[in-house]
Amino acid sequence: MSTQESYVTEDGRTIGPTVMEMKNITLRFGGVKAITDISFDIREGEIRAIIGPNGAGKSSMLNVISGFYVPQEGEVWYKGKKRPPMKPYQVAEQGIARTFQNIALFEGMTVLDNVMTGRIRQMNAGLFSQAIWKGKAEQEEIENREFVEKIIDFLEIQHIRKTPVGRLPYGLKKRVELARALAAEPSILLLDEPMAGMNVEEKEDMSRFILDMNDEFGTTIALIEHDMGVVMDLSDRVVVMDYGKKIGDGTPDEVRSNQAVIDAYLGVSHD
Amino acid sequence: MFYREAGDFKTSYASDNQTFPIRFDRLGYFTAMVVAFLVVPFLINDYWANAILLPFLIYAIAAIGLNILVGYCGQVSLGTGGFMAVGAYACYKLMTAMPEVNIFFHVLISGGITAFVCVLFGLPSLRIKGFYLAVATLAAQFFLVWLFNRVPWFYNYSASGQINAPERTLFGIEVTGPNTQAWATYLFCLVFLVGSAWIARNLTRGMTGRKWMAIRDMDIAAEIIGVNPLKAKISAFAVSGFFVGISGALFFSVYLGAVEVGEAFGINKSFLVLFMVIIGGLGSMFGSFAGAAFLVLLPVVLKVVGVDWLGMPTDLVAHLQLVIVGGLIVVFLILEPHGLAQLWRVAKEKLRLWPFPH
Repeated sequence: MSTQESYVTEDGRTIGPTVMEMKNITLRFGGVKAITDISFDIREGEIRAIIGPNGAGKSSMLNVISGFYVPQEGEVWYKGKKRPPMKPYQVAEQGIARTFQNIALFEGMTVLDNVMTGRIRQMNAGLFSQAIWKGKAEQEEIENREFVEKIIDFLEIQHIRKTPVGRLPYGLKKRVELARALAAEPSILLLDEPMAGMNVEEKEDMSRFILDMNDEFGTTIALIEHDMGVVMDLSDRVVVMDYGKKIGDGTPDEVRSNQAVIDAYLGVSHD
Repeated sequence: MFYREAGDFKTSYASDNQTFPIRFDRLGYFTAMVVAFLVVPFLINDYWANAILLPFLIYAIAAIGLNILVGYCGQVSLGTGGFMAVGAYACYKLMTAMPEVNIFFHVLISGGITAFVCVLFGLPSLRIKGFYLAVATLAAQFFLVWLFNRVPWFYNYSASGQINAPERTLFGIEVTGPNTQAWATYLFCLVFLVGSAWIARNLTRGMTGRKWMAIRDMDIAAEIIGVNPLKAKISAFAVSGFFVGISGALFFSVYLGAVEVGEAFGINKSFLVLFMVIIGGLGSMFGSFAGAAFLVLLPVVLKVVGVDWLGMPTDLVAHLQLVIVGGLIVVFLILEPHGLAQLWRVAKEKLRLWPFPH
């Protein structure tokens, strides 16, 4: 495969070798095939979009990547190794973080605590140390707080740091969820419809955050989005799905001129 | 006006992380500690100790334990009475089997044993949730009481089936048995309460607490972020069991002195502690204290008002008490479902501005 070579994009970002590869994934729920024989790869440092009409299997795909569903057939290769079936928390330990289509924040906790929870991989002081709040636990708490504050600054949510998440409006919740995922310093960040239900201004903010994240932290991002303008502007490469099958894969321009993609979105006459 | 956070600037994350970040709260806390340790022991008498202070201290430990499980980790438990019984019987067996070891360590080890038992009964929580888990812990309650009733080894084959706390001393001062001083038992329990509250607070403000709350608020999201649900739930059961066990051990050895398991640790006890946690405020340390104080004080206050002031017959007051406590709980839950802790938070919000309207 030629994708192993690094290259530099037009805007000067370096896209590295493949970090994750899906090989012939098939996912069934009983008799329903949600995903049929799909293969694609995600390269280091790129923004990879997965698009498709409703019910195409995009979210299922993301759930396969994050370990929530185990596919019946196919293999997931991550950092050059085949990934055995895992629990979701083990996948998270490997450095894959995600956000959800319908926000899944911890409503009873403050924004700060929510984002700190994202640091779970980096904080492993023992129960005893935590119980007396001395030594490793205390030190870890402060070090990770510093990192989390950087993320909070970056996403411009300083003013709501100590607010319980349950009280926040929708747009801010989306941002807090992004902060929580970003706090994990993930190798791959999965975003499930980060702009769903937002107005133009919020979408612009969110796009800016996604681009900055990719640029500043070099985070590899895989995202699902329905807003075509956003997808085409943000992403380096796009996978198009329809009825659980892959119908297109390539740069935004390639995908835009792909006849199968146009048919899927605009419909074809069945006569 | 009186309660201010303005001008109280933090310059380090450590100072922002402290338990009482607001200076006023810190002052209140130090005052309370000074009063509790240096003033109350000189004023205390037997009536105050036995009617109010000891039950408050001991129930507060139990409430902290249950609050960790129900309020922080979201796992409903109706087995508190049974787990307190484990603490009590563990303490009894240790006191009689190893009289040379200090009672202080007996109580701690009883907590550890209860933590272990609590984890065993907590294992089903990985598969079952909500009401179903409540029923599973209810089974623990009945099983444990039955066990301590039916297996004579636990009560050292005594004829009555009761367990009696032998006399034990700490620094040469008796803390269990019939000849104890009120101030000694009070201080003994107070040390355990302060220790428990301190540990519980440290755990809940750190990563362990965040894992618990993540499981409580949305377990699926928690798992995808990287919280191992097995470890989080089991640690909540263990820590909760530890505190509940300590409170059971103290309840038996220091407070009651003699215990018949069905009477002292029946299902009523489970509900009482659960009410304390709910009325006090789920997921709040202050709530554990407030709930325990409320449910310990209420019957005493009602008795004083009914019998001493209004001159009503004792049995009538005793019955009225049940009605009033029950009624108050219902009213309370309707008016302030988040408990006394929320009431306290609202009061603080108001006090920030008082006496100005805005």
